[in-house]
Amino acid sequence: MSGAAAGGGFSAGGFSARALSGRPIEQLTLDAAVRGDLSPADLRVHPDTLRHQAEIAEAHGNPQLGENLRRAAELTALPDDEVLEIYQTLRPGRSTAAGLAKVAERLDAAGAPLCAALVREAAEVYARRGLLKPV
Amino acid sequence: MDNDDPVKRLGRFEALDKRPVNLDGFAERDDEAGLVAFASANDPEPSVALEADGRVIELDGHAAADFDLIDAFIAARGLDPVVAEEANAMDDVAFARLIVDPNVPRAKVVRLAAGATPEKLARVVALLRPVELQMAVSKLRVRKTPSNQAHVTNRLDDPLLLAADAATAVAYGFREVETTVPVNADAPSNALAVLIGSQVGAGGALTQCSIEEALELELGLRGLTTYAETVSIYGTEKVFIDGDDTPWSKAFLCSAYASRGLKMRVTSGGGAEALMGAAEGRSMFSLESRCVAQARAMGAQGVQNGGIDGASVVGCVPGGMRELLAENLLVMLRDLESCSGNDALVSESDMRRTAHTVPLFLAGSDFLFSGFGSIPRYDNMFGPSNFNAEDLDDYLVLQRDWGVDGALRPVTEDGLRAVRERAARACLAVYRELGLVGAGEAAPAGFGGDRAADEARVEDVVVAEGSKDITPPDPQAILEASGAIMARQLGILDVVRALWATGFEEEAGRVLAMGRARVAGDYLQTAAIFDEDMRCLSKVTDPNDYQGPGTGYEVPAARLEQIAAIRQQRSRADLLARHAAGAPGRDAGAAAGFRLLARGEARPGTHPHEVCVGVSPALATKLWFTMAGLHVGDALAAIVEGIESGGCVARLVRVRSTVDLGVIGLTAAELAGSGVAVGLQAKGTALIHRKGLAPLACLDLLSIAPLLSAGMYRELGANAAGYAKGLRPAPVRNPYTDQAIEARYHAEVVALIAIERGESVPGAPPLDLEVER
Repeated sequence: MSGAAAGGGFSAGGFSARALSGRPIEQLTLDAAVRGDLSPADLRVHPDTLRHQAEIAEAHGNPQLGENLRRAAELTALPDDEVLEIYQTLRPGRSTAAGLAKVAERLDAAGAPLCAALVREAAEVYARRGLLKPV
Repeated sequence: MDNDDPVKRLGRFEALDKRPVNLDGFAERDDEAGLVAFASANDPEPSVALEADGRVIELDGHAAADFDLIDAFIAARGLDPVVAEEANAMDDVAFARLIVDPNVPRAKVVRLAAGATPEKLARVVALLRPVELQMAVSKLRVRKTPSNQAHVTNRLDDPLLLAADAATAVAYGFREVETTVPVNADAPSNALAVLIGSQVGAGGALTQCSIEEALELELGLRGLTTYAETVSIYGTEKVFIDGDDTPWSKAFLCSAYASRGLKMRVTSGGGAEALMGAAEGRSMFSLESRCVAQARAMGAQGVQNGGIDGASVVGCVPGGMRELLAENLLVMLRDLESCSGNDALVSESDMRRTAHTVPLFLAGSDFLFSGFGSIPRYDNMFGPSNFNAEDLDDYLVLQRDWGVDGALRPVTEDGLRAVRERAARACLAVYRELGLVGAGEAAPAGFGGDRAADEARVEDVVVAEGSKDITPPDPQAILEASGAIMARQLGILDVVRALWATGFEEEAGRVLAMGRARVAGDYLQTAAIFDEDMRCLSKVTDPNDYQGPGTGYEVPAARLEQIAAIRQQRSRADLLARHAAGAPGRDAGAAAGFRLLARGEARPGTHPHEVCVGVSPALATKLWFTMAGLHVGDALAAIVEGIESGGCVARLVRVRSTVDLGVIGLTAAELAGSGVAVGLQAKGTALIHRKGLAPLACLDLLSIAPLLSAGMYRELGANAAGYAKGLRPAPVRNPYTDQAIEARYHAEVVALIAIERGESVPGAPPLDLEVER
């Protein structure tokens, strides 16, 4: 299988994907896998790839998909359990206003301003619709 | 009990009551309960108002201060402010026409729809008639090439069977395979088995395991699944909150999946809110339009809708089936991937459930089913789908009938056997290699323990129709395997290495390619699938460009041939080969050795009790069996026996000049001393004729060749003798059937008659025949 085919066939614009680990996609070979050279981070998407895909989505008329992929790019920096934990705080009645504000701050600090904005937006609406946890 | 009832029921109603459709429930329209497909009295008027900065301050009759969660979410991020006013000011009919008109490019329509409020779009789409919905679906679905998704589950969570059935689904052409569990904790094992099986035979099929959200995400993060679909969203605030989520929590989940490179779509579907008793009195379509607008606002690439769990609720109200198709169109209008339902059995009536699916099937969709039950109905742990394994041949025939690409292909028995076996063996090998089964005495009977028992088990799985045909595995073993997958944090790389180490190098490469695909990220784009060469087909790489006849998806010639080549298809050569088995010297039972020898040109006979039997040109030259499977020698012998039982003498002649049975019989009658003859075509149709009658005005006719037995031929012969003696025998009754006998045999009749015609010699005189055995 050629490198282009391995990448899924769409690599227009000269973008060359690499894994979250930094390893170029061309190096993700069966040989490397069976030698034990690859780690889980070698099969995770890189935030640059997500932003590149966001640009494509936006260029194809879907800014919402673009924004989702940009939020996703931010979340690559967070460990799995933290991502799941933030999801839980956004479920109805789970968090106080202060709790959500703290989550947003944490996201800002982690370089995730779009995710932080989503949480702040939720907090505002939850307050109006009675979905915050009573203090 | 009926004695008290003076009014006897009409037989017509009694018979109709027993029809399967009358097991279905039908509800009167009830706007307050939300049991209404389109246009409830309580649906709001569409409206939108924007601030100068683009902020939406009014949406479908609500001011910003009164927005519920759903309004607020859509207002915040769901509408394109540039076109919102234009789209919502447009006349509904004018908008509807843009949707249907093939001359209006898709891009123009989706641009407008991006600014339309949920209620606006609902009103516009509600104007479309069924055929217009089909036109719109053809034009507006995102991906040019249609595709299909399979359910692969079983009652036992048996991993070998799951793997074999996943490979089976891929062999049939499904490009997404969705599994789930009857036992929650079995999910990791099921995900692993389906992942392995899905990469046997061909690569690139996406897999998912529908399970509680946190676990589903975790399996995805490990690479044991490659997409997610069961992220449910709803059309009223109350039901959304009852589902323990909000549009914001689901939006975050969308980003979470994407952050790990996983394709995902959300699930909605009409009827869910009415089922939960919180439809706010609104129509199903109005609420579904809110769902689809939310999906777009979240940035999800696609939506599974078209009823789904609520399909039968939608189906029970007037216009329900139309509503389900219109739901799919809403998704396409929002420029999202449509995974188009048809995944719940909507009726006990085969006619009704087929009628639900066919309009979309003809129009084409990104995924025609969001779960075709590729396993038997009883093994579908989502509940039976609208089409299931039992319906696969019907589906393949429907594709062929219409020349439509339903994304499936015929499979051969040998081909399917090979992939089922390889998948079961690969799965067993990986489970052993990873130490998930077969650890010493704890090894459950017949799975991962004793090698001979495993061998027998693989064989059982290969031939099994479903889980009822295999010995149930120890449920504890599957739980333990699942526990080990989670505890040891096994992931895609472990699977790759185990496949490679056990000799399944091709599959190892394909599983790794699925991991590499998420690094590339191309399949995060709208409506992405991989073809079997790992080419990513999506809105970006394979956009639907339908603009009327001659544009859009044209079924490629090679694919049309594949669709045509169902296993039941027969050629004239096949037919001749089958008949050759009846020729002399071949083993044809009692008739072996039978042949007809020509004894010169036939002259009119003089014996008053002579009855001729005229046979067709190909009888016992090329064709040796009647359509009922009777050897032509036996059919002839029965006729002769009948003639002789009536005290007459039989004489055989071959009429070579025609294939028309009436003329064959009449010609033979003109040669008979009695003026009466039996005519027999090789396919088995037979009649009695008399000299002087018109060719079509025969005395007796046995026309249903596939049902004619030796006894009936004997009776016909006896009647011929009766006519020859001037009696009035009771006509022979044709056997009657209400089956589609013509559908079953007409293809064969065409071939048989063509062979008769090939053997006929226009103008040639009839010949006397002698039987040799």
